[in-house]
Amino acid sequence: MASVAVPETDVHVFAPSGALTIGRAGSTQRELQAAADPLTIDLSGVDRIDTVGAWLIHRTIRDRGASLRGASPDVLNLLEQVAEADRGDAVGKPARINPVAELGTWAIEFARTFKGLLGFFGAVLIGFVSVITHPRRFRYNAVVRSFDVVGVRALGIIGLMSFLIGIVVGQQGAVQLQQFGAESFTINLIGRITVRELGPLMTAIMVAGRSGSAFAAQIGTMKITEEVDAMRTIGVSPIEALVLPRMIAAIIVMPLLAFWSMLCAIIGGGLFCWIGLEIPPVTYIQRIAEVVPATDLWVGLIKAPVFGFIIALAGCFQGMLVANDSEQVGLKTTAAVVQSIFLVIVINAVFAVFFASIGWI
Amino acid sequence: MSVLLPDGETPIIRVRGLENRFGDQIVHQDLDLDVRRGEIIGVVGGSGTGKSVLMRSIIGLQTPSAGSIEVLGENMVGRPEDEAKNIRRRWGILFQNGALFSTLTVAENVQVPIREYFPFIREPLLGEIAGYKIAMSGLPENAGAKYPSELSGGMRKRAGLARALALDPELLFLDEPTAGLDPIGAQAFDQLILGLQKRLDLTVFLITHDLDSLYAICDRVAVLADHKVIAVDTIDRLLQLEHPWIQEYFNGPRGRAAAA
Repeated sequence: MASVAVPETDVHVFAPSGALTIGRAGSTQRELQAAADPLTIDLSGVDRIDTVGAWLIHRTIRDRGASLRGASPDVLNLLEQVAEADRGDAVGKPARINPVAELGTWAIEFARTFKGLLGFFGAVLIGFVSVITHPRRFRYNAVVRSFDVVGVRALGIIGLMSFLIGIVVGQQGAVQLQQFGAESFTINLIGRITVRELGPLMTAIMVAGRSGSAFAAQIGTMKITEEVDAMRTIGVSPIEALVLPRMIAAIIVMPLLAFWSMLCAIIGGGLFCWIGLEIPPVTYIQRIAEVVPATDLWVGLIKAPVFGFIIALAGCFQGMLVANDSEQVGLKTTAAVVQSIFLVIVINAVFAVFFASIGWI
Repeated sequence: MSVLLPDGETPIIRVRGLENRFGDQIVHQDLDLDVRRGEIIGVVGGSGTGKSVLMRSIIGLQTPSAGSIEVLGENMVGRPEDEAKNIRRRWGILFQNGALFSTLTVAENVQVPIREYFPFIREPLLGEIAGYKIAMSGLPENAGAKYPSELSGGMRKRAGLARALALDPELLFLDEPTAGLDPIGAQAFDQLILGLQKRLDLTVFLITHDLDSLYAICDRVAVLADHKVIAVDTIDRLLQLEHPWIQEYFNGPRGRAAAA
């Protein structure tokens, strides 16, 4: 029988020995790249091979037309398996980021969130009305529980925060006012800024961080475990059962917490005035009563429930947006806090203009 | 009857005197089990008999109160983390709901074990390996670029299987792989596991409640009851035992339907 004799010198032989496994994938790949075409792969020396080794051999045969020899039936079988699972480059990668498309997606997403928030606001109003017309459906227990969680348990941290802010406002104010010899006006500064602005605002930020995030996380987790869906199928409205109690609690508790915050800040400022400026507490309290108009207190107490409403709205809304996977709970909780603090600051600015224009300066 | 292998044979998993207790509650007591190399062993038992706890003990997620566990000839109890790591790369685990990393795509999920153990393997080889593992698990071509939240339950299990196979394991642990799948999907998954086991020469440790799976693919079945493995054998021989739970399990209406 005639055979075509190919001189061994014209063909490059790659003959790995021992194990051809994932542990040697790097060096095998380098050796294969270094070997020149035409290439023959001799697998007679290989005693162990896994799919990664088989893939490297398969790829070389596919891309460079290398020939194979000395492969045992097991190795051939494995090569077949790998070849069967070969789909070229079809697996694909996530698309590249396109800045314009990103901006567009972001804008649409923003508009959609805002629309969703409005829709949610409407659903909450309907819930309010239906609870008012059917008072039996009102969930007293849930509301009282929320009072405890949102209000009572926040007293400590809000009190401490406000006390310290009162001291800092007093101290910073005194440093500046002393330059004019007007340090007694520190009392005006402390009284008016804490009652009118800092009390409600700082309380809102603390409640957003403490309770707004908790609302989003609680409702979001219930969405994932399908508790919210279960409620709907049973006929319980999630808005009435989950959202309204939290919202009512936030609206009622916020002015109380804001008032507590004002008190603590005034006490902190008073302590500073007593120690730092040697103004006795009795004089301090008298001066506070003289310089802080009642309208300031009203401004603070009118703003607070609105802030509470916004915090509960954003928290519950983001919680309801959670879907599919647990990662969303974290994302939506963050979104709830950011959104509620942002909205609170925007509304606060609107209030400032409003109260100034009606003469409550 | 003995649940152990004959003396001449070295098991791939050897559990001796395993005891697991949580407070007063005893899950396992004096549990022995041998798993033969190259077999598909099914583990069955009523709810609360500790099937998952047994698997978690074997793979080292749960430290047993007493007893010894050897996997691939290595003792696993109280092993320092860096030594255990070398044994861990020789097995793959499919958790009940896939346990895919939700922030990564399917292809990236498959690459995680490879990156961890073989950091010198880089793109494009890394992508190619993930690609054929995904194809071997029976997922469609475009699945690699998707996130787990975009997949159906069955696809998520296949993606979990692809990740379990990432390092060409010798041993594959499957925790209720067909739970929550429709009968057609479950059957396809059974055949997939059977095919992979034959082709890749795997030993499969399968926890299941699916009688069809047991009949279709398991070489032997281990029965957990009374805090221990009461029997390990082929289903035919298990049926000849007098234990009431075994009789009820395999000879109940569902058991008979699956056998038919």
